[in-house]
Amino acid sequence: MPHLISQDEALKAYREMLLIRRFEERAAQLYGMGLIAGFCHLYIGQEAIVVGIQSILKPQDTVITAYRDHGHMLAAGMDPKGVMAELTGRSTGYSKGKGGSMHMFSREKNFFGGHGIVGAQVPIGTGLAFAHKYKEDGGVCITSLGDGATNQGQVYESYNMASLWKLPIVYIIENNHYGMGTPVERSSAGSNYYGRGQGWDIPGEKVDGMEYLKVQEAANHAVDHARSGKGPYILEMDTYRYRGHSMSDPAKYRSKEEVEGVKEKRDPLAHFKMYMTKTLKIPEGPIKIIEDEVKTIVAEAVEFSKTSPEPDVAELYTDVLKEEISFA
Amino acid sequence: MTNSSLISMTVREALRDAMEEEMRHDETVFLMGEEVAEYNGAYKVSQGLLDVFGSKRVVDTPITEAGFSGLGVGAAFGGLRPIVEFMTFNFSMQAIDHIINSAAKTLYMSGGQMGCPIVFRGPNGAASRVGAQHSHCFASWYAHCPGLKVISPYSAGDAKALLKAAIRDPNPVVFLENELLYGQQFDDVSQDPEFTLPIGKALIRRKGKDVTLTAFSIMVGKALKAADILAEQGIDAEVIDLRTLRPLDVETVVRSVMKTNRIVSIEESWPFAGIGSEMAALMMEHAFDYLDAPLVRVTGADVPMPYAANLEHLALPQVESIIEAVKTVCYR
Ligand SMILES: Cc1ncc(C[n+]2csc(CCOP(=O)(O)OP(=O)(O)O)c2C)c(N)n1
Ligand SMILES: [Mg+2]
Repeated sequence: MPHLISQDEALKAYREMLLIRRFEERAAQLYGMGLIAGFCHLYIGQEAIVVGIQSILKPQDTVITAYRDHGHMLAAGMDPKGVMAELTGRSTGYSKGKGGSMHMFSREKNFFGGHGIVGAQVPIGTGLAFAHKYKEDGGVCITSLGDGATNQGQVYESYNMASLWKLPIVYIIENNHYGMGTPVERSSAGSNYYGRGQGWDIPGEKVDGMEYLKVQEAANHAVDHARSGKGPYILEMDTYRYRGHSMSDPAKYRSKEEVEGVKEKRDPLAHFKMYMTKTLKIPEGPIKIIEDEVKTIVAEAVEFSKTSPEPDVAELYTDVLKEEISFA
Repeated sequence: MTNSSLISMTVREALRDAMEEEMRHDETVFLMGEEVAEYNGAYKVSQGLLDVFGSKRVVDTPITEAGFSGLGVGAAFGGLRPIVEFMTFNFSMQAIDHIINSAAKTLYMSGGQMGCPIVFRGPNGAASRVGAQHSHCFASWYAHCPGLKVISPYSAGDAKALLKAAIRDPNPVVFLENELLYGQQFDDVSQDPEFTLPIGKALIRRKGKDVTLTAFSIMVGKALKAADILAEQGIDAEVIDLRTLRPLDVETVVRSVMKTNRIVSIEESWPFAGIGSEMAALMMEHAFDYLDAPLVRVTGADVPMPYAANLEHLALPQVESIIEAVKTVCYR
């Protein structure tokens, strides 16, 4: 029996998940039109994870992930316009067009990227947690990684330090069952990723990452654990990516039935909508309003990302080093 | 080393054929890397090799560059000849410790007892709009290190013949390919399974008398284009495809400069401590008296690669920048 949340909270969660879904669908279109280029990894299917986790975070908490990052940024409250404009490489994007899909940041929203090297965000996130503890700011770092990334050695180097020093960090393993074209069975010996912290005394658990409420519940006690000084926690989110690994992957390594099966039976948005209407008895009206709102927000983001200018050519040489020397 | 029947194919196919031929030729050769087997390679370079050789010799690895590179070095110590594919060389940075500390230095540290016949290969440098972390050129990084050989071919024929030579070489070889060249067709590919090219020999791709252009990999194409345009303007450029960066064929470059008295070095990577810097030093040491102008470097901009289309274009050497550099050394 899922726990109950207020109608307002439910509508907010639905709005955020839907925003990610619609945003990503439009990003795919823009990619097809040649407005977005290079690598572009969509988050469709995994929306409940970031929205569920963000729902219990505090303003001082920090977040870091890899390149499948658009959903993470939107859930962190970053402006869809700025994210989309970064995807189209415009001056109004979060990185002034210099970062692209895989490399966006927001100091304001404590979103620390956006990293293109598989696994590299894990020790960096551990360092963010180190800083939380050092500064005693009560913050927790949420560090996300994929199932494929769990096989990078630096993940375990991080586990060791995080546990040794009782760092306030929650490692979120987004197990979408594939790292590019490789299913977990062929990449990982022993695929209970949540249990891989055992050797370092890090508790872990497996969570249905397609269910907002389950994600929220698990995130709650994992984050509490980390915040209370007990050290790191691992949550393995069982999830699925609907699209190819990136826009250039036709995803021939899995069957249509497999994908359709997940969409039909486990879709995080459909499930949550059902919960809203059946359990919380939210009428169609407010839901429809949100759906329309999201449509508008995304349309505006798209328009903004198309009409914003490219970066000024002088930007080529800016931001390589900071100019002024300062201390603290 | 007959080379009678040359055929046309893409660089991608040429690389694949090189691996297939060498795997047939020597049972100890095997291929390992992310997505090389069942996915047929992230860029389809290993297309069909799993079907031919099976999963013992075409091995999909987890995403664990430090691990499988070290494992490859160990396998080479143990008598095998691994070909380690990096999905792109950007990720070799995770494994660079094994490439340099374990592969490159061990022959020396063992007083010549050990050997490490291994090839590290994959696409290097900028692709298209993939941003700073995925556009890194490692030419000068690896070329810096004694104990390594570093190859970076341009044409399909060279790619095939040099990869075969690399696989047969008893030393660790870093083989830098280019994603944008994979689909490019060249009609210079030998079908003779015994045909290889010597590592360390440059190729004069265009003869000229007024100025020497040195380039490697994708920049050879740009240099040739620039040379065509310059020809219309009355400047006759000689284009040297370096092909190997370590050992560098200094002799071919010096001979050319003795004739042209001017040189422009072209690479897509950063200027500082780059291949062009080395070229400048070498010319100072070996061709000083023949130079009528200081060497000019054409390089990528000294910044991490930007994503935006207009900035990326500016960050990479273009035909126009080569032409401009040539005019500078020709005082035109
Ligand atoms: C060190 C490194 N190696 C390889 C890659 C290429 N690559 C990018 S994503 C990816 C698969 C990662 O899969 P997973 O961790 O499961 O994350 P997902 O894409 O499923 O979210 C690979 C191999 C990379 N970016 N960095
Ligand atoms: Mg995955």
